[in-house]
Amino acid sequence: MVEVEADLIWEYLKMVEDPEIPILNVIEMGIVRDLTWDEDKKKWHVIITPTYSGCPAMKAIEEDIIEVLAELQVKNVVVDTVLSPPWTTDWMTDEAREKLRSTGIAPPEKGSADKGLLMGKVKDIACPRCASTNTIMVSQFGTTACKALYKCGDCLEPFDYFKCI
Amino acid sequence: MLMEHKEYYLTIADTLLILGQRLSEWCGHGPAIEEDIALSNVALDYIGQATSLYKEIALKENLGKSEDDYAFLRDAWEYRNALIVEISNGDYAKTIARQFVFSTWYYHFLEALEKSNDTFLQGFAQKSIKEVRYHFQHSRDWILRMGGGTEESHNRLQNALNELWEFTGELMTNSVHEMEAIAKGVGVDNVALKDTFDRIVSAIFQEANVSAPADVWMQKGGKEGKHSEHLGFILAEMQFLQRAYPNSKW
Repeated sequence: MVEVEADLIWEYLKMVEDPEIPILNVIEMGIVRDLTWDEDKKKWHVIITPTYSGCPAMKAIEEDIIEVLAELQVKNVVVDTVLSPPWTTDWMTDEAREKLRSTGIAPPEKGSADKGLLMGKVKDIACPRCASTNTIMVSQFGTTACKALYKCGDCLEPFDYFKCI
Repeated sequence: MLMEHKEYYLTIADTLLILGQRLSEWCGHGPAIEEDIALSNVALDYIGQATSLYKEIALKENLGKSEDDYAFLRDAWEYRNALIVEISNGDYAKTIARQFVFSTWYYHFLEALEKSNDTFLQGFAQKSIKEVRYHFQHSRDWILRMGGGTEESHNRLQNALNELWEFTGELMTNSVHEMEAIAKGVGVDNVALKDTFDRIVSAIFQEANVSAPADVWMQKGGKEGKHSEHLGFILAEMQFLQRAYPNSKW
């Protein structure tokens, strides 16, 4: 019984969007880490992990999870936040990466942030519109905590790059 | 419940919260929109990191407090932050100089904290270090740009370093609470970070053609609750709402 409900809840969680990037849900983002049932207290625990510590979307995601599940008649839900293991862009599925590209956000490179960053190395990022790698970083900090701002040297369009962590 | 190493957690959390609060003063006032956004993002990271530490303290103390109680209902002498984060922002050169010095120390502090035998702090360090890499890179790029820029930008950066330097030493000292945590394998020995810090900072300064002033008397005491006059003003602004309207909620 609990197993069946767990499978259902995992499905329901796919309806919770990332408020900053609504094309992705919290499962595709890798934000939901686990789902457990507390038999004593008769409660579901949805375990989530933040993308960035300062991500203002986390509070909204917590509330959205409880709201979406409540609408689907799962009412005894608690959302717990864990920091370890730390979220990494490597957890994003290939479909999620493709979805990002299709909305004009360059997806994160695989192999999360390396130490090269400390030495000032910058990776070649392909423009999500024209695929040119003739791009320059305008700012390491973009429209949200998880994105950097880039510009394409060929099609001249500015774009967001989902940076690796 | 008495929480072991509470003061150690507070030292890290308060340092992050106050620097986050200071940086957020730039929101809407940055020299360019990209910088406005960058510093606001960095501020959010610090405040988010501080929040997770305060939450953990609340959980372990089990006194029915929330993270907000620690931020809004403690007075200056209860704050354990290092002095460098509370001094005023000054111009952009001074803000960036502080960011560079702070990020250099903080990155290596977190690298060592990943080996703490406190599992929460381990996870906290693994999470935060990924964010701090970006903070370090951002401030390092600006040090090079300002140092090698115009005479004006170069002079402003050098003046900023002259003003700031007396507050850098405290980061590489251990307070009583830090020494207790180090003895238990929980905390990081800040003194041991000094060589790495000096090496990185002097290499970048050399490249930027600026220098840290020599033989400076180093201020300290913040981590033991002895603060400059600046902290009271920050708290007055930050805590006003909760003091004037206790228990009001967002």
